Amino acid sequence: MDKWQDNKAWFLVLPVFVIVAFSALIPLMTVVNYSVQDIFGPGEAVFVGTEWFKEMLANKRLHDALLRQFLFSGLVLLIEIPLGILIALAMPKKGWGVSTSLVILALPLLIPWNVIGTIWIIFTRPDIGLFGVGINSLHLLEVPFDHTATPLYAWITVMLMEVWHWTPLVALLAYAGLRAIPEAYYQAARIDGASPWATFWYIQLPKMRGVLTIAVLLRWMDSFLIYAEPFVLTGGGPGNSTTFLSIYLVKIALLQFDLGPGAAFSLIYFLIVLLFSFIFYQVLQRVGKGEKG
Amino acid sequence: MYWTLPTATFFISIFLMLCGMLVWELVSPTIERSGFLIISTTRGTRFFLGLLGSAFIHLAWLGFTDLSLWIALPISAVWMIIVMRWG
Repeated sequence: MDKWQDNKAWFLVLPVFVIVAFSALIPLMTVVNYSVQDIFGPGEAVFVGTEWFKEMLANKRLHDALLRQFLFSGLVLLIEIPLGILIALAMPKKGWGVSTSLVILALPLLIPWNVIGTIWIIFTRPDIGLFGVGINSLHLLEVPFDHTATPLYAWITVMLMEVWHWTPLVALLAYAGLRAIPEAYYQAARIDGASPWATFWYIQLPKMRGVLTIAVLLRWMDSFLIYAEPFVLTGGGPGNSTTFLSIYLVKIALLQFDLGPGAAFSLIYFLIVLLFSFIFYQVLQRVGKGEKG
Repeated sequence: MYWTLPTATFFISIFLMLCGMLVWELVSPTIERSGFLIISTTRGTRFFLGLLGSAFIHLAWLGFTDLSLWIALPISAVWMIIVMRWG
């Protein structure tokens, strides 16, 4: 392969380097610096070594929040990815229905995150909310539904909100992937007499691999870093039952103003996100690669 | 940014390692292959995994033992060599 002699184009990416430096590298370095010091105030810091890391690694509430976070993100992926694909498969392929369904799907994505929390508080209220009043009037539940009443109800509400908010993103991505499959593949499948399931498994799913990779990565990272919606909806309660990692982190770093432990916590959090993103990326790169057709 | 000597040393050594990787890449470009990690990796991927693994080795050392953290450093170095050579 011939190499370009003129490498001036590299200067064109310089602005990106500067922006990344200010938005990612410098904050990361600051966090690393905070994590090994006790900050008393501006200009007053004492070096404490790995003290905060030790404290955070032994912190029971952090362990609980981490488990809760894995459960939440796992459920999010298990529900949203298949549901999103199903919605994309059911969406109309031509006519006025296309733009209508796209607009309807895009609506939840356009609402600010804290507003979504507020919407769901009102929607699930047992006294005036449509969902709360509706489900309670059926008299099926032993304990009347109220998202602040029990951990289970809080979880159900948070999950419903999350699925309502983000499944459309998966559906839109999957739909884009489906539309990009050339008609010739379907014709070949029809000639071979392939069943709808075989068409899905051998044509549509492998062809959607790229967009599904993005969907899984986006949903994993976003749900792993979720803050605003559950914070507004439940505030992490009842008790600590919906306190996810970021909610607990903000409690430590901003409400208690423990910058050192907060920074150590963030770094551990960051490493976990980095590891899982790498694993998901690798796994999804391999999906379908060994298949024929 | 409240720099301390240990954190400065940490970042400078990472930066120097990255520079070294760049020079190595320019001298002899990497060939994608797969080792015991199963996945197909380039030199950069293995370096990333080496660093990420080292971070987790240090965290595990802090979390599970009360021994000096300095012992985790040679273990990480060994891990880095194993990943770079056979990963």
